[in-house]
Amino acid sequence: MLMKFAKNLARAAVLVALLTPLAALASAGGAKLQKAPVDLNDLVSLQRGAQVFVNYCLNCHSASYMRYNRLRDLGLSDDQIRNNLIFTGVKVGEPMKVALSTREAGELFNIPTPDISVITRSRSSEAGSGSDWLYSYLRAFYRDSVRPTGWNNLVYENSSMPHILWQFSGQHQVNVQEFDSHHDATAALLQAKSVARVDEISVKGKDGKEVKHWVMKTIQPGSAGTLTPIEYDKLVADLVNYMTYMAEPARLERTQIGIYVLLLLGVLFVFAYLLKQEYWKDIHS
Amino acid sequence: MAAAEKQPVTGAGPFNGVLTWIDQRFPLVSSWKDHLAEYYAPKNFNFWYYFGSLALLVLVMQLVTGIFLTMFYKPDAAQAFASVEYIMRDVWGGWIIRYMHSTGASMFFLVVYLHMFRGLLYGSYRKPRELVWIVGMVIFLCLMAEAFFGYLLPWGQMSYWGAQVIVNLFDAIPVVGPTLAVWIRGDYVVSDATLNRFFAFHVIAIPLVLLGLVAAHILALHEVGSNNPDGVEIKKTKDVAGRPLDGIPFHPYYTVKDTLGAVAFLIVFAICVFFVPEMGGYFLEYNNFVPADPLRTPTHIAPLWYFTPYYSILRATTETFMWVLGAGVIGMVALIVLSVRNNFVRMASVAAGAALLVAFYVLEPKVWGVVLMGVAVMVFIPLPWLDRSPVKSIRYKGPLFKIALAVFVIVFVVLGYFGTQPVTDTGTLISQVCTALYFLFFLLMPWYTTLDKCKPEPERVTC
Repeated sequence: MLMKFAKNLARAAVLVALLTPLAALASAGGAKLQKAPVDLNDLVSLQRGAQVFVNYCLNCHSASYMRYNRLRDLGLSDDQIRNNLIFTGVKVGEPMKVALSTREAGELFNIPTPDISVITRSRSSEAGSGSDWLYSYLRAFYRDSVRPTGWNNLVYENSSMPHILWQFSGQHQVNVQEFDSHHDATAALLQAKSVARVDEISVKGKDGKEVKHWVMKTIQPGSAGTLTPIEYDKLVADLVNYMTYMAEPARLERTQIGIYVLLLLGVLFVFAYLLKQEYWKDIHS
Repeated sequence: MAAAEKQPVTGAGPFNGVLTWIDQRFPLVSSWKDHLAEYYAPKNFNFWYYFGSLALLVLVMQLVTGIFLTMFYKPDAAQAFASVEYIMRDVWGGWIIRYMHSTGASMFFLVVYLHMFRGLLYGSYRKPRELVWIVGMVIFLCLMAEAFFGYLLPWGQMSYWGAQVIVNLFDAIPVVGPTLAVWIRGDYVVSDATLNRFFAFHVIAIPLVLLGLVAAHILALHEVGSNNPDGVEIKKTKDVAGRPLDGIPFHPYYTVKDTLGAVAFLIVFAICVFFVPEMGGYFLEYNNFVPADPLRTPTHIAPLWYFTPYYSILRATTETFMWVLGAGVIGMVALIVLSVRNNFVRMASVAAGAALLVAFYVLEPKVWGVVLMGVAVMVFIPLPWLDRSPVKSIRYKGPLFKIALAVFVIVFVVLGYFGTQPVTDTGTLISQVCTALYFLFFLLMPWYTTLDKCKPEPERVTC
């Protein structure tokens, strides 16, 4: 009886050992990210994302691990890629490099612009996938006269990057609400329909003592852009979809092959099981 | 035996001639018999006995995928990160090989931890298997070194800063520390020179040692024979032909059974490789997708999950914890003086305790963090002599050992969890309690296994 209990205890301990580290903690502060509608089977979305990417991102950011002709994955021919997506005259087998030098980037933005081939992988966290982060980030720019670029961002505060897609989205403002309790701030954050963040600040109370307050920042629509908010969200979704693909071009293939591998192993398992039973018959009897 | 005197090989059909020719010049038939066809393993192996053969499987997978990775990887600080992405994108099938290798690293530790836990459960380290256990522990140390060296190679932020943190630990060693750290790195910071030597260690030095040790582990095991869930020696009861009554030939019985285990394992492995290769940041850390930048220290540096229990112990060793350590040393010495009759042992422990207390006072806590982390890994080695229980298996051990082992497992997992998290006051406190319990499991073992009320061991294996 006790042996059985100890055995079960041991089994349970192993299960706990396997599962505990996987239980992600809810993030304590910062921005609430929104789920990116990633669909790597949507070729139209991926193609449009690629077009936005080479037109707007590739001016400052390189994607030097990605070759142009890999875009054949998206159903494009070499000629289509050459004629529509390459503006620098490089060969179709070349990687997506950028003309902006590190020194120039330093002068423009104070920091070198990072290569963004795998940005949707590196930005993953407990708060959401890197794609979620990027999808939220690109929709969280607001006007801020204090920043050198005139732009600030809710998801990545004091980001050095200006809002490149502002003509599409229009120019938004930030809306700040202050709360006395963490509970109220969290409740408001949960109810926020768009990108939002909560931060702890300390303010001087009536008696001159420092007290904790919580501020929630949300995006407040300002002037209209050339796209409606829904159209803009779709534009960003396509871009993020493309960048998710670009971070791991083999991802779709990986899950497809994975299913065949599992089916094969499943069949193998049946045979291995039957073989073992056949041999072990005489041991168990 | 002279070559011509050996019996010709029979039963291999058209290959009889060739095999006879080989066998007269090489111990082919005798090796086959000694290690497979006539190696008698207990018939009552359970679930926990799969992990030995699985560790061998993962080792082979790591070697094979590793060879292919070296064909395309560039151990150069300027090219390493890009060459890994090149493998992931431009090398045909490269992503499978890379994910198998990165998943394999985590799986290796998972399998080895479970294999070691099996040893704890059934007393596999007890006489006459002390050397099997010790060689196994040295394999574990090599595996840790192998994983540590390998983790620098992708040259991401976590690779870089992880290596920086660990190599800096050597700085803490008095007098020679700083020189030693520079000698290990080959530079004043982790750099191209470090990457090159870590590559050499990862792809040739450590694997070579590892293979030799694995061979020694298996040879030593086959010399003494396998333990089993009942912890009784099957060699004690033999039939007239000298075969253990409770033993069955390893081949074909355990070859087919381990094949089943291997396929089951590969299913789990394939799920990881094809569907969750990052495993939520536990197999591939997110920050490692950012190329190493010596000028930007990440806010949160965490090793991969398999090192985190030891990393927690390192971080738990603070100024305050030194008092706990001091009290622990005094307690241990008092316990030894009160319960051991041998006067030499008594005096030696008092002297050692006093020396430790002085050393605690003289050297900074950082040094002791490193020492404790090292001891935490090595403390498994004396287990065969710490366990004084009359029985081997947990099936017949008393409640004290069962409780101690359960606490140890929980403590190990909790330490592992806090090792992945940024430092907090609560986290540090819990890690300190767990660190103390971790060491008490080993240090108090001679006493609680002696006091424990064990059940009598059966003569023969059950079921």
